[in-house]
Amino acid sequence: MIAELGHFALILALLLALLQSSVPLIGAARRNFTWMTLGRSTAAAQFVLVAAAFAALIHAYVTSDFSVQNVFENSHSDKPLLYKITGVWGNHEGSMVLWVFILSLFGAAVAWFGDNLPPALSARVLAVQGMIGAGFLGFILLTSDPFHRLVPAPLDGRGLNPVLQDPGLAFHPPFLYLGYVGFSIAFSFAVAALIEGRVDPAWARWVRPWTLAAWCALTIGIAMGSWWAYYTLGWGGWWFWDPVENASFMPWLVGTALLHSAIVVEKRDALKSWTILLAILTFSLSLVGTFLVRSGVLTSVHAFAVDPRRGLYILLLLLVAIGGSLSLYAWRAPALKAGGLFAPISREGALVLNNLLLTVAAAAIFWGTLYPLFSDQLGGPKLTVGAPFFDIVFRWLMAPLLVAVAVGPLLAWKRGDLLAALQRLWAAFAAALMVGLVALYIAGGGPLLAVLTLALAGWMVLGALSEWAERVRLFRVGFAESRRRARHLPRAQYGMTLAHLGLAVTLAGIAASAWQQERIEIMKPGDDVPIASYTLHLDGVDKVQGPNFTAERADVTVRKGGSVVAELHPEKRFFPLQQMSTGVTAIKTNLLADLYLALGDSDGKGGWTVRAWWKPLVPWIWIGAVMMALGGVVSLSDRRLRLGVAARARVPRGARAAE
Amino acid sequence: MTRKRRRLIAVLVGMGCLGVAATLVLTAFNENLVFFYSPSDIKTKGVPQGRLLRIGGLVEQASVTHESDGKTVDFRVTDGSDTVTVVYRGALPDLFREGQGVVVEGKLDGSGAIRADSVLAKHDENYMPREVVDALKRSGHWQEGGAPPQALREAKP
Repeated sequence: MIAELGHFALILALLLALLQSSVPLIGAARRNFTWMTLGRSTAAAQFVLVAAAFAALIHAYVTSDFSVQNVFENSHSDKPLLYKITGVWGNHEGSMVLWVFILSLFGAAVAWFGDNLPPALSARVLAVQGMIGAGFLGFILLTSDPFHRLVPAPLDGRGLNPVLQDPGLAFHPPFLYLGYVGFSIAFSFAVAALIEGRVDPAWARWVRPWTLAAWCALTIGIAMGSWWAYYTLGWGGWWFWDPVENASFMPWLVGTALLHSAIVVEKRDALKSWTILLAILTFSLSLVGTFLVRSGVLTSVHAFAVDPRRGLYILLLLLVAIGGSLSLYAWRAPALKAGGLFAPISREGALVLNNLLLTVAAAAIFWGTLYPLFSDQLGGPKLTVGAPFFDIVFRWLMAPLLVAVAVGPLLAWKRGDLLAALQRLWAAFAAALMVGLVALYIAGGGPLLAVLTLALAGWMVLGALSEWAERVRLFRVGFAESRRRARHLPRAQYGMTLAHLGLAVTLAGIAASAWQQERIEIMKPGDDVPIASYTLHLDGVDKVQGPNFTAERADVTVRKGGSVVAELHPEKRFFPLQQMSTGVTAIKTNLLADLYLALGDSDGKGGWTVRAWWKPLVPWIWIGAVMMALGGVVSLSDRRLRLGVAARARVPRGARAAE
Repeated sequence: MTRKRRRLIAVLVGMGCLGVAATLVLTAFNENLVFFYSPSDIKTKGVPQGRLLRIGGLVEQASVTHESDGKTVDFRVTDGSDTVTVVYRGALPDLFREGQGVVVEGKLDGSGAIRADSVLAKHDENYMPREVVDALKRSGHWQEGGAPPQALREAKP
């Protein structure tokens, strides 16, 4: 009964979405206020309906209602409650419902927080949101019904892929989708602006918080996915340039570019048409990402059963959404009035450089990810693009960007003085040199590239800090005066500093992996293996019974200089229901380095393969990502964005130019 | 400098940068294409040594041997017509088994064996890498009835 109600709610939501995508649009064209405001009520109602459908699906999972096919295929009665719930989005149909749920949440949020939007803009934005919603609801109802019943109902379900039964992965999709779908708001605003033919600083100020929020969620989502891969896959890697990773990384790159170019629109009324294009591209890549991952085109843990009807619908949806918006762009963008001019060496110039490098990097990744698909479809040779391609291209495209990240914020708007900015960065340069030399010393001449990267991270840290020092005029005015200035700096300023510092921290974490140590050994109980400054001692391997698996569990004592510092228990779990085994790694971290253990197979003669890594600074990769996302949140709390007020004509001196 | 002139320079510099970027991308791209071969291809076509490639097929029955160092594994991959020996140092995926589908990425050495960098094995009873299915179909050793893919697990040394 509840499942049928959920299904019914989805149908109603689709009808409302169709209404929402037409009536407000016509209202805006005819300046009919009542019609325009209809979008706000339908957006709210759509949210309630989709939330109800989502709740119904969760209910079916929690109560293990195996008469619902989706529950039968992806759940099992002896699964822990957490994974019953997260199993809802661990499959194609459920993940689509989650997608639409988040979409309707954002739509409703625009309706609620959009009081200060001009009614016509608000109506058009909500209409575009309605179209996206209709497209996805139609997809669910026509090809991926999550509430399909089975008669007779089976006694028990098939269970969830054990790889997905993990707390880190449980919340990876919701965050990723918050990011993907959040960009739909920027997209809707862009399309609405194209219909209106007008983009101004106010427009950018409305778009930016949504983009920022989506970007934060996506950053966290990607970091969670990478962290999950790191601790589950059992060989210590955290990024593989796997197509599914690339699919989420491309919108992140272009979204980052959008975040920065929107600043230029807001502050200087320039780069308008480019920003619109970025907004369209970011969401288009999110759509491509969703479908690449979910449609089964790419084989991975993410890919679900392939159904040709779905493929066709997806292709049509992509064609209409991306093709339609780009055509609209080609038609209307020339009508946008160009804004302020600026010299190449200026804050705007630096942001353009940022945009160029980020989009080129995204394009290269797009090419490398999709070329094998095209080649295969067009009857070319079967091939894949090796990870070194991504490594090389990404490294060389990011290097100038990371150098510029310290300089850009120090340049003035409109026309900057590069020499003066660099002079102010002498401290950063010295620090970078120091970091590089120290790294070289510690590593005894480690790989040059890693040393340089570490130096670059030092440069970025000091760059971000000296930019802050410059703003509060540290040491140049009295301490009290500096403190007063620091207090009055806009939150967005701190957000930027924090995010840029986070980027540096992540970079350091990546660079330091060059110094990792690895041991793969056959160990018998009683054996010792040294790694870094630790000694691993295998006490034994036991059999353990879990709720829905059996496990072999190793007891490893870690000693440092004779004293015990940790007991680690890497496991190998076997899930009888799916006939699958997965490894569970054991990690000891002190936030400066990880000691990472994975248990391999028994050699049948009393020995076990044990893989051990010592990984310096590796936790920094995710700490940095969290800092970036936090920077976004801090920036989001800026008064200017929170209130959505128009820019005050006079900003207190020293608090100018937040970003 | 006039504004027009400056803009021209900016555009030229921009184009130059893009050109360099494009060259870089395309060169790196060509060098890192990893082609897929079946064991028969390795035997019949001239496959270059020392270049990264992928092969796919079934792990031949009774072909897996562990070398004495405990870390290196030898096995043969077959498509029913031909076999290729694979040497891999590292931990194999959890569900690596004789008689089941694998994709191996590595380089061909002088003796005609593959030095593997990574072994991708199916992670589910029903799953068979698509490349393997195609390779088996081409050699006429494919039985219909394979279920859709669910999961793929990767192992690297």
